[in-house]
Amino acid sequence: MIDAEARKPDIPHMDDQASGDTTPPSMTTPAPSIDVRGLTKSYGSVRAVDGIDFSVAPGETAALLGANGAGKTTTISMLIGLLIPDSGSITVLGEDMGRHRYRVLGRINLSSPYVDLPRRLTVEENLKVFGRLYGIGDIPGRIDELAQELDLGPLLRRPSGALSSGQRSRMALAKALINRPEVLFLDEPTASLDPDTADRIRTYLTEYKTQENATIFLASHNMTEVERMCSKVMIMKAGRIVRSGTPQELIAHFGRTTLEEVFLDIARDRSAP
Amino acid sequence: MTSRDSAARSAAAFAPRRIGAMVLRYVYVLRGSWPRIVELAYWPLMQMVMWGFISKFLATHSSWVAQGAGVLIGAVLLWDVLFRGQLGFSVSFLEEMWSRNLANLFVSPLRPYEFVAALITMSLIRTLIGVLPAVLLAILFYQYSVFDLGLPLVAFFFLLLMLGWAVGLVITAIIMRFGLGAESLAWIAMFAIAPLSGVFYPVSVLPEWLQLVSWALPSAYVFEGMRAVIFEGTVRLDHLATALALNFVYIAVAAAIFFYAFQVSRRQGLLVTMGE
Repeated sequence: MIDAEARKPDIPHMDDQASGDTTPPSMTTPAPSIDVRGLTKSYGSVRAVDGIDFSVAPGETAALLGANGAGKTTTISMLIGLLIPDSGSITVLGEDMGRHRYRVLGRINLSSPYVDLPRRLTVEENLKVFGRLYGIGDIPGRIDELAQELDLGPLLRRPSGALSSGQRSRMALAKALINRPEVLFLDEPTASLDPDTADRIRTYLTEYKTQENATIFLASHNMTEVERMCSKVMIMKAGRIVRSGTPQELIAHFGRTTLEEVFLDIARDRSAP
Repeated sequence: MTSRDSAARSAAAFAPRRIGAMVLRYVYVLRGSWPRIVELAYWPLMQMVMWGFISKFLATHSSWVAQGAGVLIGAVLLWDVLFRGQLGFSVSFLEEMWSRNLANLFVSPLRPYEFVAALITMSLIRTLIGVLPAVLLAILFYQYSVFDLGLPLVAFFFLLLMLGWAVGLVITAIIMRFGLGAESLAWIAMFAIAPLSGVFYPVSVLPEWLQLVSWALPSAYVFEGMRAVIFEGTVRLDHLATALALNFVYIAVAAAIFFYAFQVSRRQGLLVTMGE
């Protein structure tokens, strides 16, 4: 059902390369911040990512959606160089991640609930360590800025292990922003935050993106968040991108009122009306 | 300082600043927990107390020990250098596994060889913290100063540390590949080397076939060299040179295994899931 539906021309189906992503960028189009071609990854006999193609423009916020095990984290892991693909190419900020990832790593960053920061170190110590790793000039100044922006001031001297999960998420975000990344990868950025804090973080990230013309690439299960923040949504299923477009395009195509309904339609193999 | 400047700095192939950042991270851990510092010195001190009394007893019951004053105490101290050197390397690596921090580190511009350099630095720091109190204890309670070995002591110290780093590299490679289930190797692997190193007895005591294995270990040359200084007052430069050459070979092989395990981890996605 989904395969037949996916062939409709109005909403690009990634397997067809109908999104235009295969077209080389013209002279006037800025080079994409992220460009992925034919990306494949298998674990044993399980194909976690199955030949996906997409690109994300500079200053764009793109989201990768999908049920658990759809291939989102595997994809992000490959984009940031932690995981070597079986085949395909990844270009981030114009550099081939397979060959020149160290030219890029100082210009990108990651926040993910699957990794943690040392819990015996205070928030400030963690940020100092990563400030030095990223070669930041004025580390105390940058920590002060982040502490103000993410409301971490009173927590700076506390051991990370003594923080609540929400506070730890903010610390992880501060670490991810320490180098003012041009491309920010976020895996479930507001998963453990209360609605008020989550809302502030979304606002902050949107402002950051605008101020720095940064590209944000996130994986999320929070459809409201994706609708609010993202101009491009890609929905993964069984390792493939089965739908992509703006949230509004997807909602309109499926004749739904929210992205969550669209997500459920795709997850449950319900075709668009 | 713009973000472009810091990005350019991040792209440098080798940055002492990044090694310093990692050392700082481990120093923060030690500084923030005095029980950890006490723990570093605890076992070497207990070993020293025990072997100090054994030495005192054997000095009056064994002509061999009586002739070589402090031979057992010196052996205990140098053995601790080897053991602590390896443990200091491996435990610093394990800190990253326990805190699920490896992915954060390798998304940053930190190179694997800079990480290894930081682990080596921490091995040196942790070994000094662990062994120096035992050295002082030996001077105060047993009137034995390991510094009486003179300049060769410096060579013994670094030759044993180098072997500790080689073993540490292999252990961390195994942990990286097989996960925290293999972490106990960090504490037990070194004891497989102890009987073959001739720590407390000459290598000639071993069966002939085992002596061949023993002479393949740099540590055997160090402990024989130590006894040569104590009993004969001679410095066996041939022993030191052989130990150094063997160490270079073992470190090269161990580094190759470590970097291979790192690549395998990247291929299998282990850096993301490690520690969970």
